[in-house]
Amino acid sequence: MSATSSYGALSSYRPEFEKPLMTLEQEIESLEDRLAGNANGDAAAGESETIRTQIADLKTEHRAKMEEIYSNLGAWEIVSQVARHPKRPQSTDYLRRVCSDFCQLHGDRHYGDDAAILTGFARIGSEKVMIVAHRKGRDTNERQWCNFGCAHPEGYRKALKNMKLAEKFGLPIVSLVDTKGAYPGIGAEERGQAEAIAVNLREMSRLKTPIVSVIIGEGGSGGALGIAVADQVGMLQFAWYSVISPEGCAAILWKQATPTTNSAAADALHLTATENLKLGIIDEIIPEPIGGAHRDHEQASETLQKWLVQTIQGLKRQRIEALMAKRYDRLRKIGSYSED
Amino acid sequence: MTKRAAKGKSKRPASSNTNDASATTAAAEPAAAEPAAGAESKQTLPPATEPRQWHQVQEGRRKKSAVPEGLWMQCTACTQMIWRDRLKANHRVCPECGHHYRVGAAERIEQLCDPGSFEPVDESITSLNPLNFTDLKPYPARIEADRKRTGRPEAVLSGTGFIKGRRVVLAVLDLTFMMGSMGSVVGEKVTRAIESALEYDLPLIIVSSSGGARMQESGLSLMQMAKTSAALARFDDAGGLFISVLSDPTTGGVSASFAMLGDVIIAEPGALIGFAGPRVIQQTIRQELPDGFQRAEFLKDKGFIDRVVPRGELRSEISRIIDYCGK
Repeated sequence: MSATSSYGALSSYRPEFEKPLMTLEQEIESLEDRLAGNANGDAAAGESETIRTQIADLKTEHRAKMEEIYSNLGAWEIVSQVARHPKRPQSTDYLRRVCSDFCQLHGDRHYGDDAAILTGFARIGSEKVMIVAHRKGRDTNERQWCNFGCAHPEGYRKALKNMKLAEKFGLPIVSLVDTKGAYPGIGAEERGQAEAIAVNLREMSRLKTPIVSVIIGEGGSGGALGIAVADQVGMLQFAWYSVISPEGCAAILWKQATPTTNSAAADALHLTATENLKLGIIDEIIPEPIGGAHRDHEQASETLQKWLVQTIQGLKRQRIEALMAKRYDRLRKIGSYSED
Repeated sequence: MTKRAAKGKSKRPASSNTNDASATTAAAEPAAAEPAAGAESKQTLPPATEPRQWHQVQEGRRKKSAVPEGLWMQCTACTQMIWRDRLKANHRVCPECGHHYRVGAAERIEQLCDPGSFEPVDESITSLNPLNFTDLKPYPARIEADRKRTGRPEAVLSGTGFIKGRRVVLAVLDLTFMMGSMGSVVGEKVTRAIESALEYDLPLIIVSSSGGARMQESGLSLMQMAKTSAALARFDDAGGLFISVLSDPTTGGVSASFAMLGDVIIAEPGALIGFAGPRVIQQTIRQELPDGFQRAEFLKDKGFIDRVVPRGELRSEISRIIDYCGK
């Protein structure tokens, strides 16, 4: 498995495990070519008909195969080839499709404007909300500009500043999480990365407004949690969420990060949506289109929008005191220990 | 630093095993600061005719630490010879150069609390293996090994005690137990400590020394960060006083949650404090890190720590702050 280049922005990027699909696609393509040839020439209508049924059969097979492949993915395959698929929709894609009238708010009023976190007012359906989202960037320039979605302290402080603004004016907060982790660098440490995340955790737990969070791609460690303390946490089907990235975990516990140890670490960390749901870390899995969200941004956005609107409306119906008590209890009960 | 430590070890008489084992537990660990590496011993094995099994190694180590310590050791920082009893009486701070050695939770409590005043709670809470986690070694085996080695049930010791006559709720992380990493048990015990400080209206003191969140419990460990921080929000709302004491090292998920949320944050001189460990940063940016980077004094200069206080003065500093905050 050559997963090292999973971040490469190759337009022709196909995950390893899709190989069986590619042969089917080639067959379909050649049949379609033949069909086109037949249409030009004066071939028997009967033959075209058989080709058409063949194509239809192959397409059904393709779909079934894809469904089968995607429902049996290993944890490392999900991380390296789906959650990090170069065409996977990012927060900016969802903003375009899910929200309207996005009004961006920049800066943390202390140090700067971190491009890795995007905040602002927006409407989702009829709901007015505050968006807080990681921005990963699509092409090389954009990625470098927003640091591959790895935020600095000013990013977390910008998020908090605007979440407090939302609290003041009674807007629900929607956070979209997609980061490998908070940025480990000299500037980040100098400006208090740990303090910024810690303060966000504390303040988000007591913001007097509904908070909805969705892990849309990668949910790495404190960098993800720093904007993901919420009343309701959803997670896209092929996202991952864990205390550390599989590579980081493999490097420390297995002493080396190779595809084999990364895969072992990904399994051990229980980082898929299904596992996180079982552990009570998230509340709901948001299904992706068959074959992953990167296949169909439109449909993925539609599902997300429906889920968000429904969830926000559900939360808005509750009294804020009750909501905050539930938010606390939700966190309070997480953990697994024995007590005699 | 590690080079010096090795030199110090080799200078000790090879024939006597009496003075070695305890030094490796608290004092001579190299500064590792990844999130929660499993604390594995790095002792070199004596040449043996037959390969030893892992459990035999553990047995040997345990017996060794039961033997009384040698009288002298060489300071890893200034290479001066120090009398061990004097080091212990000096709160494990080198009397020559002021280097702060790491201390376990029990000894820390002895140093902080009025003699005999500490009453531990929640000692029966123990880790499960919720994810069935196995890396090079199964998680329960790591826990068991550390339990045997340290005699502690988990990486935190919490309870109530008196500091110069002032009653406090105290939680102390123990670096010798799985790098003081925070899993479900540490998260739960810290949260309970916060809740009891709230309930009994007492000042809360948490002494941190930790590599971060415990990887072996993955997402559950991550959520302990949010859990402890949420509990602190309630404590804060109720007007409680939280003094956070940071010792070497405080990194990862612990520094990015309760450790950095103190009303007053005190750090020990030279303590490594940060979010990412220096090695991770170095690998990411591929540059040499500046001198003193992520040390307590650096954080004070950057404005993230209120005071840097030598260990010998912690007791009086804490009681002084408690008096100012009227609790």
